[in-house]
Amino acid sequence: MAGYILRRLLQAIPVLLGTTFLIYFMVFAMPGDPLLALFGDKTPNPALLERLRQEYHLDQPFIVQYFLYLGGIFRGDFGTSFSGEAVSDILARTFPVTIRLAIMALIIEFVGGVLIGLVSGLRKGKLFDASALVVSLIFISLPIFVIAFVAQYIFGIQLGWARTTVSTGAPIQDLILPAFVLASISFAQLIRLTRASVIETQGLDFVRTAYGKGLSRRRIIPVHILRNSLIPVVTYAATDFGVLLVGATVTEGIFNVPGVGRTLYQAIIRGEGPTVVSFVTVMVLIYLAVNLVVDLLYGLLDPRIRYVK
Amino acid sequence: MSDPTTQNVKPLLEIKDLQVGFQTTGGIVPAVRGVDLTLMPGQTLAIVGESGSGKSTTAHAIINLLPGPGRITGGSITFDGKELIGLGSKQMESIRGREIGFVPQDPMSNLNPVWSIGFQVEETIRANGIASGRKNVRAHAIQVLKEAGLQDADKRLKQFPHQFSGGMRQRVLIGIGLSSRPKLLIADEPTSALDVTVQRRILDHLETLTRDIGTAVLFITHDLGLAAERAEQLVVMYKGKIVEAGPSKEILENPVHPYTQRLVAAAPSLASRRIQSATHATATHALSDLEYAPTKVTEGVDLIAAAEERVEKAPAVKRPDAIVVRDLTKVYKIRGQGKGSSGEVIASDKVNFSVEKGTTTALVGESGSGKSTVAKMILRLEDPTSGSILIDGTDVAPLKGKALLDLRRRMQPVFQDPYGSLDPLRNIGNTISEPLQVHKVGDRTARKERVFELLDQVSLPKSLITRYPNELSGGQRQRVAIARALALKPDVVVLDEAVSALDVLVQAQILKLLADLQAELELTYLFITHDLAVVRVIADNVCVMQQGKIVEAATTDQVFDSPQEQYTKELLNAIPGAGITLGV
Repeated sequence: MAGYILRRLLQAIPVLLGTTFLIYFMVFAMPGDPLLALFGDKTPNPALLERLRQEYHLDQPFIVQYFLYLGGIFRGDFGTSFSGEAVSDILARTFPVTIRLAIMALIIEFVGGVLIGLVSGLRKGKLFDASALVVSLIFISLPIFVIAFVAQYIFGIQLGWARTTVSTGAPIQDLILPAFVLASISFAQLIRLTRASVIETQGLDFVRTAYGKGLSRRRIIPVHILRNSLIPVVTYAATDFGVLLVGATVTEGIFNVPGVGRTLYQAIIRGEGPTVVSFVTVMVLIYLAVNLVVDLLYGLLDPRIRYVK
Repeated sequence: MSDPTTQNVKPLLEIKDLQVGFQTTGGIVPAVRGVDLTLMPGQTLAIVGESGSGKSTTAHAIINLLPGPGRITGGSITFDGKELIGLGSKQMESIRGREIGFVPQDPMSNLNPVWSIGFQVEETIRANGIASGRKNVRAHAIQVLKEAGLQDADKRLKQFPHQFSGGMRQRVLIGIGLSSRPKLLIADEPTSALDVTVQRRILDHLETLTRDIGTAVLFITHDLGLAAERAEQLVVMYKGKIVEAGPSKEILENPVHPYTQRLVAAAPSLASRRIQSATHATATHALSDLEYAPTKVTEGVDLIAAAEERVEKAPAVKRPDAIVVRDLTKVYKIRGQGKGSSGEVIASDKVNFSVEKGTTTALVGESGSGKSTVAKMILRLEDPTSGSILIDGTDVAPLKGKALLDLRRRMQPVFQDPYGSLDPLRNIGNTISEPLQVHKVGDRTARKERVFELLDQVSLPKSLITRYPNELSGGQRQRVAIARALALKPDVVVLDEAVSALDVLVQAQILKLLADLQAELELTYLFITHDLAVVRVIADNVCVMQQGKIVEAATTDQVFDSPQEQYTKELLNAIPGAGITLGV
């Protein structure tokens, strides 16, 4: 087990090197001079421009810039943004907000999706099931910003239950509405996935045998039907965590959440290599960690896989 | 049951005019149409019939385990004086497992793969109130499993179903079914998915257990030989109705209904016994009582007649070898379960045999004996580790690319599962003509002609050409698989358990078809099977495999008449019907 985790962590190294290199290259290859763009319409002092160029190593060839950046990371230095703030500070300020938002969304979609999916699957073809399917179809087909605006209008303006924008520090109560919006799409997918999985499991031989053994329906549903149906659902939900982190950009924009999405978007526009690459690096790290957790979780849920490793 | 004291005993289970239907969009389709049966305490009764006869539906109706759209539409089921039809779910739960045990058909799919064996036994014990408290429940679970024949139960409690073999899983299921000492055990084809030798051991064990506990058994099977061997009373079902019922001996000796006659004629287990008894007619006249005049069969297939016909048609001259296998070895490397350990499994160990052109050689063994590995290597679906395979004198082991494709043309497989081996998204015409397209044989019209010809050869109507596999029965699908194999006019057909998944009647038809095709097209068959009973009617020569080695090779008659190896004798004894002594 420990050996397996170690191997997976070692595998992360080439992945990280590759992604950082690619991202760094793409930012480098973006058209336009990022420093000139900073000054807008004004013509900058050539001496100042030269000093800034040296400070940000922009006068060096691409490969040197990349290795300077990489060397910095190993010393714990993620570089400096054009506004003079250390990138590590920006990371520390934004990532907790987005992670909090993503975890809240994940909990909402998982609990809601699995419960509704389970009831739907057990009552296949009944009224509850039909309504759940229609509602989930609506959520799947609507773009997230439409859902966000409608939610803002109904819950924020008409009912006044929540703020339409998130205040500084992003307290949990402010994040509830954006979390629901963020959860809505995967939530609908989870309902359908759970439902299909429950229907399939219900018809399996071992469920009939469980009845034959004299077990009650109240025991069979959680122990034999839900437990087995969860295997694909958990895998989906866990991978979805990574998607939620990245996919938060639109939602963060609409609700003015001071998270990763907004900051990253601005950094890309400004062509701030170190900032963009650092953000992406952390995202890749989280992705890899989540994937590892998913694989370990999979083994926990399904003993057939546990023993193959 | 001739004991006079039992005459006054009330029946344990009494079914009267049971009607079961399946709700469909087009109304209720009846599956069981007026079944009556009576089972006395401690008795064993077998319901025999082909799939779709309603035998399993009847059994499931007793404990209300009918699948979703199934409904009991009439009749009564009295168990131990109580009416079972219309019982609430709570009352039914207290009867299931506690008073009526249930052993399902397929051990592979009837244990939940995500829970340990111990967990699944313990939850049964707890649910039926047999024991309480962690330690007591565990101790009881170990005892139940030991009774069922798992000697190291205490160590294996934490293991999961996939770490058990099929036979072991079925023992676990039998243990679960008998854990609360029920008055009745419903065993729904408990061993159809297992090797014959394992089947024999498990049924022997089940018999001893139920006799000791005094449990009555309702035994569901499609094999008349097996039913007759295991049950005192037989009920033969056909299309939802009972066509014949009575003591097993009487039914076997004198089947009255034409359907029962067809079953008797088609059961390979009985056929092989009858051939056996015919060759020893004078010595064992007791067994020959089993024989009945083939003229009685008005429709269907008589396996003996088919087998005799095969032998008569066979020319006596020695023909060249179509397949020669020399020192064929296959070693699989496996990753061990422990820390980084790895090992080797020798699936095929220096296997030697040859098959004469136009004849059938059967490769017989239990699962894991390596017989399928040998078949795969001959088909070049697996590369041999060492050794050579000569097809018509040329070594095919090193062939690659075009030469391999040409080889494939002369050698075709038919696999066990007719559900899995046909692409559900291709219609029958396309399925059969696919090999022709791959090998660029003829143009469109010529290929279509050939497909019609092939359908005719396997006795399927031409109209099937536009149908899809899910619209066909198992037997029809296997015919399609055979037609596809014959499309390229191969010399050699490798039949890997080609009839094992089929009902006896269908099995008999397919065996007959194979024999006819062989005579007509001069085909060479390599027949892979675990069932010696089938071998008796189809094969000229037999190679018995055990643990990757051929332990005995001889003509079919020699193997059946004077088996040399202990293992072969075991296989022979495992053929159901061995214990039937009639006319005594």
